[in-house]
Amino acid sequence: MTAGSAIPEPLQVETDVLVIGSGAAGMYAAVEAARAGCRVFLIDRSLIGRGGATVMAQMTVAVALGAEAPDHWSYHLHDTLTAGRGLCNEPLSRLLCEEGPTCIQEMDSWGVGWARKNGRITAAFAPGHDRPRCVYVDFLNTGPAVSKTLRTVVHKTPGITRKGDLCVVDLLKIDGEVAGAAAWHAESGAPVVISAKATIVATGGLTRLYRRNSASANMGGDGYALCLRAGAALIDMEFVQFFPIGHLAPRLIGMDPIMWDPFRYKLGGRLLNKNMQDFTGRYGVPEDGKYVITRDVGTYAIIKEVEAGRGSPHGGAYLSFQHVPAEKLREAFGPVIDRLAGNGIDLTRMPVEVAPIAHYHMGGVTADVKMQTEVPGLLVAGEAVGGANGANRLSGNAITEAFVFGRQAGRTAATRAKAMKAVPAEDKAATATVDLIRSAPPKDVPNSAEMLQRLQATMSDDVGPLRTRDKLKRALGTIDELTSALGDRPFGDGGAFDMQRLDWFDLRNMLTVAGAVTQAASLRTESRGAHQREDFPEMLPHWRVNQVIRLRSEKLDITQAPASPVEVAAQ
Amino acid sequence: MSETATLKIWRGQDKASGHWETHAVPFERGQSVLDGLRWIRVNKDPSLAIRFSCINANACKECMMELDGETVYACTARLEPRDMTVAPLQNKKLVRDLVTEIAPPAERFVGKEK
Repeated sequence: MTAGSAIPEPLQVETDVLVIGSGAAGMYAAVEAARAGCRVFLIDRSLIGRGGATVMAQMTVAVALGAEAPDHWSYHLHDTLTAGRGLCNEPLSRLLCEEGPTCIQEMDSWGVGWARKNGRITAAFAPGHDRPRCVYVDFLNTGPAVSKTLRTVVHKTPGITRKGDLCVVDLLKIDGEVAGAAAWHAESGAPVVISAKATIVATGGLTRLYRRNSASANMGGDGYALCLRAGAALIDMEFVQFFPIGHLAPRLIGMDPIMWDPFRYKLGGRLLNKNMQDFTGRYGVPEDGKYVITRDVGTYAIIKEVEAGRGSPHGGAYLSFQHVPAEKLREAFGPVIDRLAGNGIDLTRMPVEVAPIAHYHMGGVTADVKMQTEVPGLLVAGEAVGGANGANRLSGNAITEAFVFGRQAGRTAATRAKAMKAVPAEDKAATATVDLIRSAPPKDVPNSAEMLQRLQATMSDDVGPLRTRDKLKRALGTIDELTSALGDRPFGDGGAFDMQRLDWFDLRNMLTVAGAVTQAASLRTESRGAHQREDFPEMLPHWRVNQVIRLRSEKLDITQAPASPVEVAAQ
Repeated sequence: MSETATLKIWRGQDKASGHWETHAVPFERGQSVLDGLRWIRVNKDPSLAIRFSCINANACKECMMELDGETVYACTARLEPRDMTVAPLQNKKLVRDLVTEIAPPAERFVGKEK
C-alpha cells in the first residue's frame, strides 16, 4: 500500500561512481575517482561536507612525516599494531601508515594550513605514539579546516556532482553485484534511484548509538547496515572506542566535547576525583606529570572511581588547570578561552567535569587493501572500514585513514567503472525499496524520537565501556522490543522533511547495528582494548580472533576467524 | 520550583498556511534552543522538523533559524526561562516547520541530474 499522490514518483540518476557520505573519506574518494576520469555522484544524508565525524575532529592527525624530527611509517605502524592488541588487519594498518604522508602533503598543497614551526609542518605528541607524530590546524580547527579544504577541491574538480539531503535506504543488487542505491530525498520526500558502476560507502561509524558522543547526529552506523543487507561482512563490531575525558559539565555549547585532550598534554591538566585527589594510580597508571594514559585505561579509571562513590557531581572526574598561570592558559588556548568564558567557564578558578564519551568505532565492513568488500561493485572508505585499528585505535589515526582509504577506494572504483561498458540497467532491483519509501504509515505509531533516545540509553548503560553478561542480555531484550515496535512500515506522512520517516529509516539501521555490537560483545568472553568485560577481566590468547558477522535469512550470523598474523615491519 | 522556557514555534509546509504552536520546556541553565527543540521532539511531538547535525558544537552550521526575529544558530542560542519565538528563515524557501533550503544551489537535488 502506498501513500498515493502525497509521495512523488521515483527520480532516476545514472553515474559511474556513487559515493555515499561526504566526510573526509567520501570527498577524497570522489576527487580521486573524478581525477581518473569518472563521473562521480557524491551524496550525503545531511548537507555536503557538514555532517559526519570529520567536521567535528578538532584535534590531530597521526602521520610519520618526519618534517621536524626523523620518523618512518614503520614506527607509526608499530605503534598502531601495539594499540590494536593483536587484532589489526596488518595490510590495512600498513596502508594507513605508509600512504599517510602522501595524503597529508597533498592536503598541504591544497592549503589546509597545517600548523608550522620554522617553516616546517610541526607535530604534537599524543599517547601511544613513540614520538611527536600528530599534525594539526590551530586552534582546535583541524576537522573544520579539512572539511572546508576538501569541499573546495571537490567543487573545483570536474566530473563531481554533489547533492545533500539524500538518505540511502538500501543498496541495489543486480546479479550478485552492487549497482547503486535507492535513497529517500529528505527535502521533497521523493524516492531516488541511483544506478552506478561502482558504489563507495563512506558513512563513518556508529557513535550515534550512544547518548553522549563526539560525532554528528547522523552517524548511526547506517553504512554498516546497508553493506550487511547487501551481503557484505562486518568485523570487530564489539570494539567501540570511548574517549575518556569528554566534556560533562558545566553545560558547554559551541564546542567539541573532546576539546580538552591537547590542552591536558600541553599544560598538564590534572584528572581528580571528588576529593580533588589524583586517582589513576589506583588503576595502575599514575599520572607522574606525564599525562600519557591511553584511552582504554583512562576510561576504565574514571568509571571505576565513579562506581566507588568518588566521582564528580555529574558522574565523572574533575579536570583542573587551576595550577596553570592565567597568561599560560591564554597562550595555549588562544581564542578558545573567550568561547569558554561565554559558557561561564574560568579555568583559573574552577575545574570542569569530564567523563567517557563514545568517540569512534574500530569495527566495520571487511575490505581488502583496495577497499573492495566481499560484494563486487561495493567499496568502503574511512571509519566504515573495519580492521585497520584492531581492538583499540591509536589517537590521530582516524583522519589519516579517512584520507588514505578514501583515496584508495576512489582509485579502485575508477578502475572498475572504466572497465565497464555501461551503467547497469536498474531493472526491478529498486522496486521493494521504492515501495518502502512510498508506503503509507501504520496507524498509531510510537514516538520515533523517544525510541531513538531509548536505544541510546540502553547502549550507553548496558553496552558501554564496561560490560557484563547480564547487562548485554538486557540490552538484547530492549533491542528486540524496539525492533518489534518499529515494525516493517515507515512512520510519518512521507512528505517534505518528514522527521518521523527519517527516524524510522535511521532506527531500522541503528537497531541492526546495535544488535551486531551487542551480540559480538556477548560472545567475546575476555577483555581486550576497548572491549572490557567485568565478568571476564583478562585478555586471553585464544581470543586473538576477529568476529565476522553476516546476515543469513535476516538473522545475524557470527563466526570467528584467527586474526591475521602480525609481522611488525623492521626498520 | 522548576523553571520553564516557553517556545512559540512556527509549523507548516507552506508559508501562507502555517500556524503557531506553543510548548513549555523544562529549563536548565546553559541549555541551547536546539536542546529545547530536541526535547519537544522526544517528549511531545516527533513530527517537528528541524535540521541539525553536529549537536551544539557549532561545526555543521545547519541549524540556522529565526529566534525573536533574529537569525541564529539554534545550537549556540541560549534557551531562557521566558517566552521565545522560533520561526524558519524568512529569506529562504521553506521546506517544513523550521527547515529551509539553506544548501548552495549546486548541492541541492532537484531530480534533473544525469
